[in-house]
Amino acid sequence: MNEIIGYIFIGIGLAFDFFGCLGLIRLPDVYNRLQASTKCVTLGTCSILFGLFLFKGFTASGIKALLCILFIILTAPVSAHALSRGAHSSGVKLWDKSVCDMYAEDKKYKA
Amino acid sequence: MRIIRWLLGLIVLLSAFVFSWFNPFCSLLEWQSLFLKRGFFVLFLCGLLCLWRIIRGPTPADRAVAIDILGILILGFCAILGIPTGRDWYIDIGIAWALQSFISTLALAKYIEGRDFDE
Amino acid sequence: MRKSHIILFIFLILMWLFVTWPTDLQHLIVGILVCGFVSFMIGDMFVKRPHVFKHLSRYLWFLYYIPLFIWECIKANLDVAYRVAHPDLPINPGIVKVKTDLKSDTALTFLANSITLTPGTMSVDIDAEKGYLYIHWINVKDKDIHKATEIIVARFEKILKRIFD
Repeated sequence: MNEIIGYIFIGIGLAFDFFGCLGLIRLPDVYNRLQASTKCVTLGTCSILFGLFLFKGFTASGIKALLCILFIILTAPVSAHALSRGAHSSGVKLWDKSVCDMYAEDKKYKA
Repeated sequence: MRIIRWLLGLIVLLSAFVFSWFNPFCSLLEWQSLFLKRGFFVLFLCGLLCLWRIIRGPTPADRAVAIDILGILILGFCAILGIPTGRDWYIDIGIAWALQSFISTLALAKYIEGRDFDE
Repeated sequence: MRKSHIILFIFLILMWLFVTWPTDLQHLIVGILVCGFVSFMIGDMFVKRPHVFKHLSRYLWFLYYIPLFIWECIKANLDVAYRVAHPDLPINPGIVKVKTDLKSDTALTFLANSITLTPGTMSVDIDAEKGYLYIHWINVKDKDIHKATEIIVARFEKILKRIFD
């Protein structure tokens, strides 16, 4: 029974990974790509690791899979934040049809 | 015309996704044993999409994003690899890879931002 | 030994037990020695307000926060999958500014991480002195500061204020 639920979790995780990488191809600029791929790949990989935990139970590798889930959820948003701030301050423009950019206005006002 | 192009592209991608995952020409018992081995091909396809973005990316920030995503995908690869082979130490490689990938992404972000490393 | 040293020691020893799960005596002795040394050296750099850890209600609110976060995360993923697979790419992006009342560093970090993993938003920069957050929003509904604050930040801010501040 545990193995069937594990198969289902791994299947959901693979589907979300695929959608995240498709977003990396289709979306128009850096910030949108970062948003789609960070969300989808983080939850997809967490789902795969939870499937591994359901397969192994409370053994060494199962506990390590839980630790990996905690680690990814804590670190993936931090790296997305750092990359987006670095991209904005190095002068990467937003998409042409985007609505507003208050961050650039405030930085111009401050400088 | 654009809709037709989009539909053709989606059909090609989804068929690559589905046929790499489910083999329709085998029995149910065989399908269960082959599930994880076919799951590798899906992750391989995702890795190819990331490589496409690394090659074609117009700015350095795009390439850094794709490298970050590829690092997390390899962690999932290590996790799946531990099940059919029955070896427990693949997840250790995954933990070490995730740490290394996180630190290298932070260093790349600092480099893109154009600052020194000691800040 | 002060309180902050003991709290950091407890966190470190839990992490060590997770990493070497079927723990035997040798692992335990080495872990206690190394964790004691590390928490003795750098204890008061990480835990600055040790009285926070005494209240029981914070832990209960944290337990309430976890399922809310997972539910928002699943909604965010379905939203992204819909936007990516649609032929017209229904996006309307922009960077908006919101205001927050949280003060401590831990609460701001958790708020930024929660915003990044919830539907359609990603935090770009934090101005910690004035309490402004700059947020990239994939479907801008309102450019005004107060309305954007109500839509994005308000549901997490109430809970995070009770947990960390």
